[in-house]
Amino acid sequence: MIKFRINDIDVECPPDTTILNAAKAYHVDIPTLCYYPDLDIKSDCRVCSIEIVGQKGLSTACSTIARQGMQVLTNSPRVLNARRTIVELILADHDANCTACAKNLKCELQNLARKLGIDSNRFPSVLKHRSPDDANPALVRNPDRCIKCGRCIDVCRNIQGIGVLEGMGRGRDVVIGPAFGRPLSDAFCTFCGQCASVCPVGAILEKDDTEPVWRALHDPRKHVVVQTAPAVRVTLGEESGDKPGVIVTGKLVAALRLLGFEKVFDTDFTADLTIIEEGNELLERIRTKGVLPMMTSCCPGWIDFAEQQYPEILPYVSTCKSPQQMFGALVKTYYAQKEKIDPADIFVVSVMPCTAKKYEAKRPEMSVDGIHPDVDVVLTTRELGKMMKQMGIDFDELADSDFDRPFGETTGAAAIFGATGGVMEAALRTVSVLLGEDKDIDLDFNAVRGLEGIKEAVVELGGIPVRVAVAHSLANARILAEQVKNGTSAYDFIEVMCCPGGCIGGGGQPYGTIAKTRVDRLEATYRVDRSMAVRKSHENPAIKEIYGEYLEKPLGERAHRLLHTHYHKRSETGIRP
Amino acid sequence: MSELRIVTKRCGQINPLSIDDFLAHEGYLALEKALAMTGPAVIDEVKTAYLRGRGGAGFPTATKMMSLAVESDPVKYVVCNGDEGEPGNFKDRYLMENDPHMILEGMAIVAHATGAKNGFLYIRGEYDLALKTMKWAVEQARKRGYLGRQILGTSFEFDVEVRSGAGSYVCGEEFALIESIEGKPGRTRVKPPFPTQKGIFGKPTSISNVETFANVPVILAMTGKEYAKIGTKSSTGTKLLCLSGNVRNRGVFEVPFGRSIRSVIDDLGGGAAGDRKIRMVQLGGACGPIIPPFMLDMTIDYERFEEFESKTGAGAIIVIDDRFDLFQILLRIVRFFAHESCGKCVPCREGNAQLELMIAKFIDRRATMADLVSLESLARVMHQTSLCGLGQTCPTSIIAALRYFREDFLDRIEYPGL
Repeated sequence: MIKFRINDIDVECPPDTTILNAAKAYHVDIPTLCYYPDLDIKSDCRVCSIEIVGQKGLSTACSTIARQGMQVLTNSPRVLNARRTIVELILADHDANCTACAKNLKCELQNLARKLGIDSNRFPSVLKHRSPDDANPALVRNPDRCIKCGRCIDVCRNIQGIGVLEGMGRGRDVVIGPAFGRPLSDAFCTFCGQCASVCPVGAILEKDDTEPVWRALHDPRKHVVVQTAPAVRVTLGEESGDKPGVIVTGKLVAALRLLGFEKVFDTDFTADLTIIEEGNELLERIRTKGVLPMMTSCCPGWIDFAEQQYPEILPYVSTCKSPQQMFGALVKTYYAQKEKIDPADIFVVSVMPCTAKKYEAKRPEMSVDGIHPDVDVVLTTRELGKMMKQMGIDFDELADSDFDRPFGETTGAAAIFGATGGVMEAALRTVSVLLGEDKDIDLDFNAVRGLEGIKEAVVELGGIPVRVAVAHSLANARILAEQVKNGTSAYDFIEVMCCPGGCIGGGGQPYGTIAKTRVDRLEATYRVDRSMAVRKSHENPAIKEIYGEYLEKPLGERAHRLLHTHYHKRSETGIRP
Repeated sequence: MSELRIVTKRCGQINPLSIDDFLAHEGYLALEKALAMTGPAVIDEVKTAYLRGRGGAGFPTATKMMSLAVESDPVKYVVCNGDEGEPGNFKDRYLMENDPHMILEGMAIVAHATGAKNGFLYIRGEYDLALKTMKWAVEQARKRGYLGRQILGTSFEFDVEVRSGAGSYVCGEEFALIESIEGKPGRTRVKPPFPTQKGIFGKPTSISNVETFANVPVILAMTGKEYAKIGTKSSTGTKLLCLSGNVRNRGVFEVPFGRSIRSVIDDLGGGAAGDRKIRMVQLGGACGPIIPPFMLDMTIDYERFEEFESKTGAGAIIVIDDRFDLFQILLRIVRFFAHESCGKCVPCREGNAQLELMIAKFIDRRATMADLVSLESLARVMHQTSLCGLGQTCPTSIIAALRYFREDFLDRIEYPGL
């Protein structure tokens, strides 16, 4: 153990511990800004500067390893002055019009300034105005707010393995963005939104789509329905101050009713439907010795990634639409017919943990009539949180409410779609039965659970060994995609989710997602699963009903038209056609 | 008082493009001598000589060699930093253009001592002639067996790749230089790990200045013990000085450590040009302190320079006469650094922009006492908290000016009510 002193406290820590982490264990608070627990140490902002007695310069607590006998001062006059000066310098080159920013009161820079008692700035503003990039449906970059902390570069390059964002220029001309000043829409961006998730300020945000939703809700001609993704029910509580891992399904439904949605539906329903279609597609491919491995298609960030960087593997990707889009297609056909509403009058809103879903909903293929999108607007979990605040909803006090029929009856299999490995597990539960596995199998496929980057397992299903793999984050997806491309893939079925941890760690989820948050949200997800009366998709009575009433059979003609899609190779430059 | 030319002994005496000329002037004899010794023995020699880095920081070269030698990775790099971007410095250029093989010889000796097989020579983008000369020298050395495999009939293997920057000042900083060699934008990295642990492509890397490498063959030739007798006790050997500005004779001069700045300006430089009055002298380069004439008797050695809270030792002596305004000079310096800051860390990126505005206020006589306080505080914060040497040293001139020319600042302050 390393023994040293922080201020007046004798502390101990294991070797190779940073001063920041050592201090944390003793509840000594050292302010940080560019530091983010899951990412590389960048040491760019210098906010965590501390004094090591005997040294002329100051050191940064995030990057300095504690040494035996050192004496660290975290609040000496020199440190306090430096810390304040640095934050003032940042503020002088930041569009600090806080009330005109979606990050207001959630902004790490704002919090830091308040914490340091900065209510005036010695330095005049030197901000050079630059235009925002909002040329895509999912994300908005606002360079005037960017403080060049480098978190987005790190998450895009090292976690996602994409590297769309990079710092260009030097000195105060540094701009973080895609190469050659291109917009995100013309780079290899997948709109996963992990950059927005880690941005400490409002420099990268999801495109705010709350306005069109309010308009639709207030339009008497519109029949406005909403669907909520599996991963939203375990995170929305965080928007109103809950700790991560609280299940708020009933309150979520109640809140949506208060907002004025005519019907509150569950994307879990179409997740079950996805399992039926995708499961049958897999069986078909196994039986007819078709293209294997089959890769899942629920995640729009992953689909965008495959289309842009691995067009060769598109035939391996399941043709199933994502649950969000299956839902949109069914609402504007089956549901419209059933309720005798003109589909043009139906307005479909999704609440998703995801920013890429905004882009997915705008894909031209995702329209059954070729004119109106099947899903009109996609909101992130955070945007729903914002709407609840706008309506003055006291979330904690809401009484639980249930989803509406016909898209309200769901299973535990659908609930775990939000977790990495969940789609795989849900599929295995159903495919095993389709393959004639009659004995009551263990429903918990633990081999595909957890936060390991790539998980693999061989599952015996009806006497057939099925080799499966699960990847989350695009850097891991790339490894599996590369194998498929080279013909060296040793699997039959691969699940890919683009965000670390799956949708519970999505780019549209409440801020502050770190490893611990993911674990808490995953646990909640599996709790939802265990609490469900039905835990296999094919046993969902509503699913049986919709096939009987409308879809006829899995992979049938109507199912093919409404529930399946196709993919396109993108141009080599990343520029979208 | 005259020069003592031991590092530059061949400069101007031989044809730099001829390896034969170099060989005829004791060229590569030090390498031969080194190859007959063990690696640790060579490092010992450098240690006895107490050679310190000539790039500015003055880090003991033997210590640096040792930390590379102890790394067990089979791939290690010896890098010669020829990115001489510090304004007022041109000594590395002088060496590269006039005695290129001496630098290669020094690198080869260090490589032998540390067990490295690969070397990079990183040359400033604007140094066209130095680049061509060094590339030519590398080619000749390869042809004649002084680089490559089985050097001088031994099992020693070493080769050098010449790289060039694209004109960024900060690429002279060791980690920015490493990033640049890797093909990335020249921005520094956070330490630790240090280059000797994880340098180019994650491999152990030792980076030294051109002049440092040029000293190594000299040490081997005369022995460390003899070398240590030159200069002062703690600053041994000679220093190449770049004399420029308002002085009669400008150029590179080699003198033993311990001489006074005044003697260099007067005896070698011939005094101020046009017999004008020296108003100030900037030492080291743009990142160095500005001192008044009464301080010119200070001696040139590492200890004395360190008192300026700056890593100044690069070797520039810029003489400025009484026609020039301190604040115009400070403004130029600040603008230079605002332009050259890589933009990675806050104090350097944002601080220089604010320093520029503050200096402009003094020029326009709009400054208040509060501005003086802010200027001093900001300069110190930048010095203490910046990530790399650039950010830490760019406010040195201001810090020194505030100390030695405080009257000038006070003269320009507007006092309310006066």
